[in-house]
Amino acid sequence: MSVVENIIKQHSNPGRDSLIPILQAVQEHEGFISRESVIEIGKALDLPASKIYGVATFYNQFRFSPHGKWVVQVCRGTACHVKGSAALLSRIERELGISAGGTTRDGLFSIEVVACIGACGLAPVIAVNGNFHAKVSPDDVPEILRNYRNQTVEGTK
Amino acid sequence: MIKIEVNKRQVEANKGELLLTAIRRAGIKVPTLCHFEGLPPSGACRLCVVEMDGRLIPSCATTVADGMKCQTHSSKAVRARKTIIELLLADHPDDCLYCVRNGNCELQTLAEEYGVRTRRYQGEKSTCHLDVSSPALERDPAKCILCGKCVRVCEEVQNVSAIDFAGRGSKTRIETAFNEGLNMSSCVFCGQCIKVCPTGALREKSSIKEVLEAIADPDKVVVVQHAPAISVSVGEAFGLKPGSECSGPLNAVLRRIGFDKVFDTSFTADLTIMEEGSEFLARLKGKGKLPMITSCSPGWVKFAEEFYPDMLDNLSSCKSPQQMMGAVIKNYYAEKANIDPKKIFSVSIMPCIAKKFEVTREEMLTDGVPDIDAVITTRELVRLMKMRGLDLNSIEPEPADNPLSLKTGAGKIFATSGGVMEAALRSAYHLVTGKELDSLDIKAVRGLEGRKEAKINIEGTEIGVAVVSGLKNASDLLDEIRAGRNDLHFIEIMACPGGCINGGGQPIGVTPEAVAGRMKSLYSIDKSEKYRASHLNPDIQKLYKEYLGEPLGHKSHKLLHTHYTKRDVVK
Ligand code: SF4
Ligand code: SF4
Ligand code: SF4
Ligand code: FES
Ligand code: FES
Repeated sequence: MSVVENIIKQHSNPGRDSLIPILQAVQEHEGFISRESVIEIGKALDLPASKIYGVATFYNQFRFSPHGKWVVQVCRGTACHVKGSAALLSRIERELGISAGGTTRDGLFSIEVVACIGACGLAPVIAVNGNFHAKVSPDDVPEILRNYRNQTVEGTK
Repeated sequence: MIKIEVNKRQVEANKGELLLTAIRRAGIKVPTLCHFEGLPPSGACRLCVVEMDGRLIPSCATTVADGMKCQTHSSKAVRARKTIIELLLADHPDDCLYCVRNGNCELQTLAEEYGVRTRRYQGEKSTCHLDVSSPALERDPAKCILCGKCVRVCEEVQNVSAIDFAGRGSKTRIETAFNEGLNMSSCVFCGQCIKVCPTGALREKSSIKEVLEAIADPDKVVVVQHAPAISVSVGEAFGLKPGSECSGPLNAVLRRIGFDKVFDTSFTADLTIMEEGSEFLARLKGKGKLPMITSCSPGWVKFAEEFYPDMLDNLSSCKSPQQMMGAVIKNYYAEKANIDPKKIFSVSIMPCIAKKFEVTREEMLTDGVPDIDAVITTRELVRLMKMRGLDLNSIEPEPADNPLSLKTGAGKIFATSGGVMEAALRSAYHLVTGKELDSLDIKAVRGLEGRKEAKINIEGTEIGVAVVSGLKNASDLLDEIRAGRNDLHFIEIMACPGGCINGGGQPIGVTPEAVAGRMKSLYSIDKSEKYRASHLNPDIQKLYKEYLGEPLGHKSHKLLHTHYTKRDVVK
């Protein structure tokens, strides 16, 4: 039985209302919402794929590609916003050539936008696989990313 | 009847109706962008606001109440509307000069009417990409104002749901699932979304350029066919009253544009009836599945292949009249006129967007040669005529060319929902009984209703027939059949509500009254034709005698019939 089938089975009367909990459960199990899952959920709930995709893209919490090896979380909470996290995010997006929620083609990096991560004193903050980087300016971004990229290369040697 | 007060004047309103409806009936103009006649209000655009007790309320989402008082053009209401328009323009590509909707765009008209002369808001321009993946229509999300009408027609009228809102806030856009493009989606290319879109965000994929190139090529013989719906629709673009019959001027205009031969698709509508009528009788005698369902609407055919693959055997194997004409031109006509079929460039003028897709189906090649080379819609035809400075009002009518133009009333009414059924029954009756129907008018299948049903007696056999248009109506009927309903023998399905007279390729901004006018005109042409049943068409009889042999025969099978396959699309 597929992951989606399993999850849907746990809902007593699956319909439109259960869509979001189902999407959450699928993401929890698989790390992201795949195209196949959307289609499968659509068949089970009798909802068009375009609608499920529409609902899922409405919420920041859902992603449509698997996580990269390094997950760059960019805080967009109030304190970080005041300290320029918008410019920081767009620099990261530009350096990696993907937008928030996406994963680079080589599978190394993905970007995630998060709300306050409780380190407001260090704003703007990013966290890469849980490692915090404080007071990051857009110009720091290439260096930070290079470090993680190099770690990967060494790791595979 | 209740009384309300609009702009300090008494206005009568019907209990339970929308304030907007009452205001409009009183002849007062209140603009709307998201309002969709016949569907529940969505209240998305706020353009329809009126002032009531000092507050602005959306008239499209408010039910009238006795004694209600409102101002439609108070300074507050007008200012609010103007601001909305200015905000819509903030991230709009100011592209009017290059836009297909230049001159009939609702956004452009509103900006003009509300006197927008300066850019008060500067927004980030949309970076969305053009979706040109489909053979039939293009989406330009940068011009989209998110009124949601396309989403509604696709879901609530057509039951397809190929597109929906995605993302949120300033990043909201209309997308197919996974933003993969229309060609990967379940879109059936009916084009109904184009007709409701207030802007140039949705449009047909134009073939004007290819057509003009072919005309300019001295080595090509460029032939054209016009569908039965065209002659009763195109006149409106030249100020004629809806439904005005323009076949004669249209033939003349097409020759001026440079087409070498002009044929009338009504002729192959008659041919379709000969084949389909015979197929129906064969099925009645046990050869094949019942109910038989018509297959001349390519949007419907794609819908069936996607959503009802279990019922594909119920579809008639007949090609559509467009494709039959294409095959007849490149085979019978080419042989008769001694022209190398490879030199023929065959154009069809259709009220339909899905026809552009139909010609690309690989089943529509005969011996590797496409039956039709290019399809243009009524809208593109009008553009072509304007480009050449031609006007239907000031041209002497001319007949279409032999031998593929003699039509019957039966062929002509193909353009309306119910017409194929009526035409088929006239000939089926003859095929069974050898006699003609006492009354050729089968009124039960006429009209603009989404579903019509009737029982017809052919020499003691009762035939159950149903006619549906609009794919939501089709789904409802097919679901009944899936659930076991078995009193129907023959079903006509057209993708567009009302049939081709309301096709996705027809002029933008048609009113239901105009569609009714086109329908009325078709039935009066039918009444006045010398021949009113397809089997009586002398040129059709000749075509069988000289070339095809008999309906469902070997040649027919090769040229005029096709097959369908289940389609896996994202749905
Ligand atoms: S959609 Fe309308 S306003 Fe926008 S560019 Fe086209 S004509 Fe102009
Ligand atoms: S063409 Fe028809 S099916 Fe395709 S998106 Fe538009 S309304 Fe939906
Ligand atoms: S594409 Fe057209 S109909 Fe659809 S939401 Fe945008 S403006 Fe409205
Ligand atoms: S706002 Fe960024 S850590 Fe609190
Ligand atoms: S028309 Fe009333 S809110 Fe859009």
